[in-house]
Amino acid sequence: MKKLQFNSKFVPMLINILLFVMLFSIGSLKYPSFFSLQVFFNLFIDNSYLIVLAVGMTFVLLIGGIDISVGSILCLVCMASAYLVEVSKLNPFFVMFLMIVLGALYGLVQGCLIQFFKIQPFIVTLAGLFFGRGAAAFISIETINITNKVYNDISDYKIYMAGDSFIRTGVVIAILTLGIAIFIAHYTKFGRAVYAVGGNEQSALLMGLPVARTKVLVYTINGICAAIAGILFTFNIHSGYSLHGQGMELDAIAATVIGGTLLTGGVGYVIGALFGTLTQGVIKNLIMFDGTLNSWWTRISVAALLCLFIIIQRILTVRRESKKVKELCR
Amino acid sequence: MGEILKKVHNNRLFWPLVALSLIVIFNIIFVNDFLKIEYKDGYLFGRIIDILNRAAPLMIMAIGMTLVIATGGTDLSVGTVAAISGAAVCVVLGGNFNGVPNYPFAIAIIAALIAATIAGAWNGFLVARLGIQPVVATLILYVAGRGIAQMITGGQIVTVYYKPFAYLGGFLPGLPVPFSIVIFAAVLVLTVIVIKKTALGLLIESIGVNSTGSRFSGISVVKIKFLVYAFCGFCAGISGLIISSMIKAADGNNAGDAYELDAILSVALGGNSTSGGRFSIGASLIGALIVQSITTTLYALGVSSQVLPLIKAIVVILICLIQSAEFRNKILGLFVGERSGHSEKAAV
Repeated sequence: MKKLQFNSKFVPMLINILLFVMLFSIGSLKYPSFFSLQVFFNLFIDNSYLIVLAVGMTFVLLIGGIDISVGSILCLVCMASAYLVEVSKLNPFFVMFLMIVLGALYGLVQGCLIQFFKIQPFIVTLAGLFFGRGAAAFISIETINITNKVYNDISDYKIYMAGDSFIRTGVVIAILTLGIAIFIAHYTKFGRAVYAVGGNEQSALLMGLPVARTKVLVYTINGICAAIAGILFTFNIHSGYSLHGQGMELDAIAATVIGGTLLTGGVGYVIGALFGTLTQGVIKNLIMFDGTLNSWWTRISVAALLCLFIIIQRILTVRRESKKVKELCR
Repeated sequence: MGEILKKVHNNRLFWPLVALSLIVIFNIIFVNDFLKIEYKDGYLFGRIIDILNRAAPLMIMAIGMTLVIATGGTDLSVGTVAAISGAAVCVVLGGNFNGVPNYPFAIAIIAALIAATIAGAWNGFLVARLGIQPVVATLILYVAGRGIAQMITGGQIVTVYYKPFAYLGGFLPGLPVPFSIVIFAAVLVLTVIVIKKTALGLLIESIGVNSTGSRFSGISVVKIKFLVYAFCGFCAGISGLIISSMIKAADGNNAGDAYELDAILSVALGGNSTSGGRFSIGASLIGALIVQSITTTLYALGVSSQVLPLIKAIVVILICLIQSAEFRNKILGLFVGERSGHSEKAAV
């Protein structure tokens, strides 16, 4: 009985890993050049920013909140760093530091509005979504290309892993962020508070946990993650443009949910963010290798996948709840 | 005298109307010929007519959105549903240069409205039947919807040369006011009749206040929520028809862009609680007029369309803050704490 309950928590993540392997196998069978270590590493390289976004989003979903502003925080970070580096000629490392501060502030303000003034998370972050994009357009409506040497050097740097296969600096940063997040979520007092708040806010409050501080911090962490993701995105794309990262909030939420984090809060593992992102990456690759489908199919298939996983989650939680009710009635 | 003042002050439409008047006064002072309405060739022209015409799609969306928000939900997909509906009507009419439609106009309109209602019903299914949070459920369509619109048009902008298509978002021959206003009035009257003459309005409010409680008292929450989301999709579909008619084309990427924020903003600006419960469609409509006037004014002042969301986002947050009891207690209490306490005592 106990073993079964333990398993059901892992089910969405296991399905996800299985799906990933399946999709990768389909690609390998269909396209001759698909099955290689470099294609696998490319999944990390192309999606490093998404891994970081999904990590931040995991925390937000764990406390039962939502943040749909991450795509435009990323956009604003791209635009602001492009402007500061290219037009204001500031030191690139100082700019990156500033961007992380910006992300933290963005998250902090949103968190405070949500926690202290009891405005619904989605309204606050919807406003955040439009604010970020508007602010990016305010800086410049045109694309600003980044030609700075430091940015180019960092993004061009290859780290050879096995033979000719390589990863890039962005991947290291993403994996490092993931590692730190896993540590915070599963091995610290703060992490336990996050799970407790997500499980039942009232109980967490009665237990004497710092609910308000935890929630505000979670949104701040998410802001920081979005800023880091923005920096990684500039490494990939070398420009700032006010339409960068449109719809990316769905990608981040989808990655997290596909990775097994429950939307209702309290259940999930940070590592799921990685698997969720990789699964999406494989879908993107499959569509790219196919060549006949346009990029919109990526969005539609990601949305469909998200839908599927939400439905799986619902079925699992409904089953768990009905089991609980049955036990209580007995 | 004091009694009347208090009554006016307590009316929920008071503050939205004050805001609208302020914007109008601002416009009269700073925008040339704001109040001027010309009568030319049997049609009315002028800035106010223009605002009303442009506000019509938003007001229609706001009607649907009001009901969705009243059930304690939200619909992020209205802008993309409008795009889908626009794409459907344009594809069915076809982009023939000779101005001959592929299928009759009526069929095109029905096809577009069915597509939009299905989209809304899909949201309703996810929210009502499967119990998924409204934000996430509608976020799926918010992002995938533009892809669907692109799919319908084959990734192209379909321009319609069929003349009567322009009537929807423009002038109908023989009618002095823009036709969109008539469409809006029809939707409004029908909705208000259904809401006021049946118990539906009350049931929606009850769901918004306490969904579980409503279920236990015998209200079929699932069915009503489903209907409300489908209706919201239907409203977005009508807006999509008008929007695509204004540009005489289907633009899957840009049609109805950022309308979801405007629609939610309209509902909130009108003073409706964004967390569900009591609602007033009239208030939302005033909200929509405020939103459209702000937009038009900012355009008149030379603000670019891409920067506009920045200002609107700030307005949304300010309105939510003023609505928040916590905010009023904490911040406003610092300034007017003593006085308001005194007046409360006096009122007792």
